[in-house]
Amino acid sequence: MLPPGQPPDRNPGTLPTRERAVAAYRWMLLARILDDKFASLYRGGKIHGGVFLGRGQEALSVAVGLALKKGDVFAPLIRDAAGRLAFGETVLDAVRTYLGSPLGPMRARDGNVHRGRPREGYLPMISHLGAMISVVNGTLLARRFKGISGTVGAACLGEGGTSTGAFHEALNQAAVEKLPLVLVVANNHYAYSTHESRQFACRSLVDKAIGYGVTGHTVEGTDLAACLEVLDEAVNCARSGGGPQLVVAQLLRLCGHGEHDDAHYIDAKLRASRDGRDCLQVAAEWLRKCGWADTATLAQWHDEAVEKVETTVAQVQREPGPDPFAENWRALATKHLHGAYASA
Amino acid sequence: MSITYLEAIREAQARALADDPRVFIYGQDVGAFGGAFKATKNLAVEFPGRVLDAPISEDAMVGAAIGAAIEGMRPIIEMQFADFSTAGFNQIVNHAAAFYWRTDVPCPITVRLPCGGTSGSGPFHSQSMETIYAHYPGLVVMTPATVEDAYSMLLEAVAIDDPVIFCEHKYLYYHLKAEALPKEALPVGKARIARAGRDLTLIAYSAMVHEALAVAEELATEGTEIEVVDLRTVKPLDTDTVMASVARTGRVLCVGEAWPWGGVTAEVIARIASEGFDLLDAPPQRLNAKDTPVPYHPNLWMVHRPTSQSIAAAVRQLLRR
Repeated sequence: MLPPGQPPDRNPGTLPTRERAVAAYRWMLLARILDDKFASLYRGGKIHGGVFLGRGQEALSVAVGLALKKGDVFAPLIRDAAGRLAFGETVLDAVRTYLGSPLGPMRARDGNVHRGRPREGYLPMISHLGAMISVVNGTLLARRFKGISGTVGAACLGEGGTSTGAFHEALNQAAVEKLPLVLVVANNHYAYSTHESRQFACRSLVDKAIGYGVTGHTVEGTDLAACLEVLDEAVNCARSGGGPQLVVAQLLRLCGHGEHDDAHYIDAKLRASRDGRDCLQVAAEWLRKCGWADTATLAQWHDEAVEKVETTVAQVQREPGPDPFAENWRALATKHLHGAYASA
Repeated sequence: MSITYLEAIREAQARALADDPRVFIYGQDVGAFGGAFKATKNLAVEFPGRVLDAPISEDAMVGAAIGAAIEGMRPIIEMQFADFSTAGFNQIVNHAAAFYWRTDVPCPITVRLPCGGTSGSGPFHSQSMETIYAHYPGLVVMTPATVEDAYSMLLEAVAIDDPVIFCEHKYLYYHLKAEALPKEALPVGKARIARAGRDLTLIAYSAMVHEALAVAEELATEGTEIEVVDLRTVKPLDTDTVMASVARTGRVLCVGEAWPWGGVTAEVIARIASEGFDLLDAPPQRLNAKDTPVPYHPNLWMVHRPTSQSIAAAVRQLLRR
């Protein structure tokens, strides 16, 4: 059993199916509880700025994080709490960033979902959709220059992000360079409030793979077992020289775009469809059916995750906030230009 | 031997590639073709696998450079024309410029912008982009005016740990020649007194330095001594050198090829007005291109941007005040 807050061994080849499924479920559960806590803190006025949840997208997200290994590159997006944790992010980093702690990886200079540790291959997103994909391409190009093989880069996006020029340029670039990129598109049918019918006109987004000359995969994003299988396949294919992989998942976000949004615009029929299922419940049922977890075990994992999140939030809330007088206010890394630049 | 401004840029890249295995060049037509202006001529042959043709994807070119820089590389991106860098603007100003501030991890990319007007180039192959990039914190913006600076500043651009916008002027590519590459150089961030004088300070950068020098030469025959300051980098801006010159002359005209609204000349004049008001004998003045897109026909283009004639007229007017 893998304790929450600690990354499991991420090598898919070495974990038995039960351990892998349990690990995935526990990261999903931890992500859900962490997200719920952020929502609660937001409603209590304890978070500056927005809160963006991954509710309903945890199965897909965790499958991406688990399919990657140490040394791979991951550029998650706003609904990837589960994938981030599975890739190795700590709950402490997540909480410190949301609460604006100077001790967090972004040191209160950036917040909420804009967090990462670039030196560990974990890239902090900018808000402009599609922009992270070519950056992942660049990390993979760099590895090629250095003679490092066998690593993969994954970037996550929603269906709305596929409408950007950045998406097009980057996927084409990856295809031209035959990079081991795995681009995961969560089609949750709405980009903020805009339905997919106003976003694209192709039959399925996976058809775009043909146009770019890359391998396409589809997956039911509410089904953890399917997500683990398809993401493993896509990542392994990229890792073994198969070039870029486009994975398109169907699902629904079970929350607003952010916590400020009540998502009233989501079609009730869609909510009642398979895409509207709660992937966490589906995953729990799967574990139960396989005999890998009973009700008591699931409850115990839940309590452990709650304890982890509550303890971490309590710790960070005791930490001091950023001090504007201690901040160096320097945008340049080049020390000998600091003097001239400060007065710039 | 003589070497052009363009050849100096080519030689700086060759040296950067030779000296540092982390350097690579990425841009449209930079490989076997050697670049639209031949700034990468033969580099793909001399450095196999390190000079890559990019698809026509400015956003993805810069994005990839950022990713490579995060991994420790030192990419040089060639924009075919400075004007096209707007298609990669988001990655430059929101990603590269902010990266170090956000993450504490440097983002050492160099983006080369063939900038400025040449006759017949029109609205989309003539722009001067230094103002727009200088506005964003986290970028260093270089505007070399000489063959020597084109060489040494490009090497420094690649060496420093921050994203650099390297504005190389297309008009100077072939027109400007030097006897040899420089052995030493002023540090980046320091302006240069291109010509000493006592009656008026003419501040310029990039190709306008040469227009300013021509004016100084002309007015010297009339007994007026103009001091010409070459800013070299517009960000950071060497205010100390500017103020020291204004203190000597009491009169200042700042000239830029870019558009007038906001911008480098406005910044320079604002600083002089706020920090050096007491040094002035006359109101500080500036001269820029006209506030229209850059025109195509030479008859129009010749008067759109400042020239030695229009600068000389502005200088004479300022000397009378």
